[in-house]
Amino acid sequence: MAKMKARGFQVFLPLSVLAILIFINLIKGADYFSISIIHGALYGNIPNILFGASELVILSIGMTLVTSSSGGQDISVGVAAAITSSVFVRILLSAGGITWMTILVAFLASCVVGIVIGTFNGALVAVFKVQPMVATLILYTAGRSIAFLIDGRLSPVIANGLTSQIGSVIPGIPIQTPIILTAVFIVLFAVLLKTTNLKLYSQAVGNNQKAARLNGINPVRIKFLTYMILGVCTAVAGFIAVTKAGRHDSVNLLKFVEMDAILAVAIGGNALGGGKFSISGSIIGAYTIEVLNRTLLRLEVDPEAIKAFKAVFIIILMVLASPVVRESAAKGTRWVRSRLGGAVQIQTAVGIDAAGLPKSDISAKREE
Amino acid sequence: MQGICKSFPGVRALHNVSFTLRKGEVHALMGENGAGKSTLIKVMTGVYGKDAGQILVEGKAIHFRSPQDAQDFGVGTVYQEITLCPNLTVAENMFIGRGRYAFVNWRRMKEETTRLLDSLGIPARPTQALSSCSLAVQQMIAIARAVDMDCKILILDEPTSSLDEDEVQKLFSLMRELKSRGVGIVFVTHFLDQAYEISDRITVLRNGEFIGEYDASSLPQFELISKMMGKALDDVSQMKKMKKHEPSAQDSGEPVFEATGLSSAAGVRPFDFTIRKGEVNGFTGLLGSGRSESVRAIYAADKVTGGEIKVNGKKVKIGEPIHAMKLGIGYLPEDRKGDGIIADLSVRDNIILALQVLKGFFKPFSRKQAEGFADEYIKRLNIKTASINTPIKSLSGGNQQKVILARWLLTHPEYLILDEPTRGIDVGTKVEIQKLVLKLAEDGVSVTFISSEIEEMLRTCSRLIVMKDRAIVGELTGENLTESDVMHVIAGGGE
Repeated sequence: MAKMKARGFQVFLPLSVLAILIFINLIKGADYFSISIIHGALYGNIPNILFGASELVILSIGMTLVTSSSGGQDISVGVAAAITSSVFVRILLSAGGITWMTILVAFLASCVVGIVIGTFNGALVAVFKVQPMVATLILYTAGRSIAFLIDGRLSPVIANGLTSQIGSVIPGIPIQTPIILTAVFIVLFAVLLKTTNLKLYSQAVGNNQKAARLNGINPVRIKFLTYMILGVCTAVAGFIAVTKAGRHDSVNLLKFVEMDAILAVAIGGNALGGGKFSISGSIIGAYTIEVLNRTLLRLEVDPEAIKAFKAVFIIILMVLASPVVRESAAKGTRWVRSRLGGAVQIQTAVGIDAAGLPKSDISAKREE
Repeated sequence: MQGICKSFPGVRALHNVSFTLRKGEVHALMGENGAGKSTLIKVMTGVYGKDAGQILVEGKAIHFRSPQDAQDFGVGTVYQEITLCPNLTVAENMFIGRGRYAFVNWRRMKEETTRLLDSLGIPARPTQALSSCSLAVQQMIAIARAVDMDCKILILDEPTSSLDEDEVQKLFSLMRELKSRGVGIVFVTHFLDQAYEISDRITVLRNGEFIGEYDASSLPQFELISKMMGKALDDVSQMKKMKKHEPSAQDSGEPVFEATGLSSAAGVRPFDFTIRKGEVNGFTGLLGSGRSESVRAIYAADKVTGGEIKVNGKKVKIGEPIHAMKLGIGYLPEDRKGDGIIADLSVRDNIILALQVLKGFFKPFSRKQAEGFADEYIKRLNIKTASINTPIKSLSGGNQQKVILARWLLTHPEYLILDEPTRGIDVGTKVEIQKLVLKLAEDGVSVTFISSEIEEMLRTCSRLIVMKDRAIVGELTGENLTESDVMHVIAGGGE
């Protein structure tokens, strides 16, 4: 019961923000929810949001895990996605023909690279105990150059029927492929959490590493594991991003996505200091960010100025979600409740020993 | 303080509690776990607001909005769990949060700290990191800090729970000194003898309610205990009976755990140790004698640097706690907050943690199974919690300890190590835990029990290993198990 409540509150804020944003969009135009069918696939604002947020959702899931276990964030996720997808593109282009088989092989290879990157970051964090942000700063700095080197040239194009189907729509299926891939990823992740103790272990390590060790958990291994999982997340995100774009731009692919991923974790009500986490919170947080971006565009804010508006919005959100405001909000509701309860009491008291005193009668009524 | 009420979600922590502190007196605040002592103190010091009632200082009603507010009024506090910054130096801790200036005069700060430490006889250097001091010294530094702030009212929340007898006496003389200067001292403690030794008056709380205020000199100890527990004296007499109860440890039992030449990175000298099936033994010695470090070496909580270990006669290697767990060893650590609880996780997760880890990463308990375990042990150990999903950090200290105990009982260990399981716990729970230890031993579980209260160890253990300066200096069994024998061994050994 209490957990339901706590979890309810955790997702309450991002959900209500989503609601407000949608409301703003509806004021702007009542056709916000309208969905049209073009070439047998669904298009419209909602599908576009789901489509656009795919990579961010996947990255923020991995980011949540890493945050929980290591009490820090990986700022190299965007760069890592650029590297994994460059490997994907390189293998695909050198394979000769592009078939479902070569795509699969190239994708799996990029996942392996993702795991290698996760191992690298994980080693720095778990074994050498470098602060996660500092540890991942290394790759953040060097990563896009590495991706460029793997590409071998500027922005190789993979324009091709099959990859563009992955990036947009497979004929006969009405939903855009990245949306389906994201949904599959979320389901697989839910299964992972359900069939393993990843959540319990990661929360225990993040909350009290010493106690976790004394209870037989290997904190180093758990941190490694979460960074490797994040590595897989970057590979999947990179895969989606590159098939969407149809070419590999190692400089601009998923640029600045790491900050949005961290933000999604925070908006989802997760403590950035590690410990307890809620994946659903982060997912909602990721979609909220996407909706925010698109709302600002729709309100015809100058694209160059969007970041400033976004910052203001996020500051408001963070202040609202802070424990300080939460506490005083709780105090406020208690105060209102006690005033209401008190008014009833006063009336009964009046009835017993001060009947007929009109002044207290009035005040009691007013309070009611 | 009059008619103080305070509730938390699901729990009414204080109901109509009154408390009066006079100038220049030591006033003991007593009660069992969850009686509301800590809550009352937090209201007193402005950490929590009050739901109803008023606080009067020198006849004037006041309202503390924050701890800073209370501090400015001359209310100084030293909490049960040390709330200083371990990674700062002693001097920094002494002055942190007190400066009204933007700049720090490091030299003066150091001098002042040295003077203060010297005047109170605290063995620490100002430039030393706080974490490198023992718990006892940290506690005394916290008190020194409060003293230095010229407080009119000094609140000591279980200051003696980690001090040895000598240090307690030092603290008491300090308290008497402050008393003569007109400081009113609120003294929260579980130690009855200490309460009688130092206090003028005693206020008793039970289940968040005010039971009464008494003159220490006119309240017999038995009556105080029964007032705290809210029961007739049955339980107390049971406690006495237990004293006579000779634990049924047979020297003939099979050795469950044997160590030879065991040493660890924490600096215990290589030691030999054996425990038999169904035996309750204990490590005793003053604080810092290495008793905790010894059991940590057994469990591989610290890095083991040498020695051989046999479990049930078979040679094994214990390099990590998980190895010990798999061999049926459980360990309740001394530092509950730092090593025991996973503060943000629920009572349920904290209870199932060890068993879940033993079961394996890929075999999580179903929600129903986990809840079943938690419910069973909450009932069995009578853990007071709003629900099984409450974060453990919002439970009182004694109930947190029971949760950790439940965690290990759930794994059905063959050998259970309990390091200070009764520290900071009320009389009733203490007796419960002692009974539980004896019951476990009867069922064939071997237990190593460590406690700062020697009398408690004499009651539960059939063999005591005496330590001094990180080495074993003697072993006592049978009729040699008396307080004076222990003192004798500590005094005589290891010169």
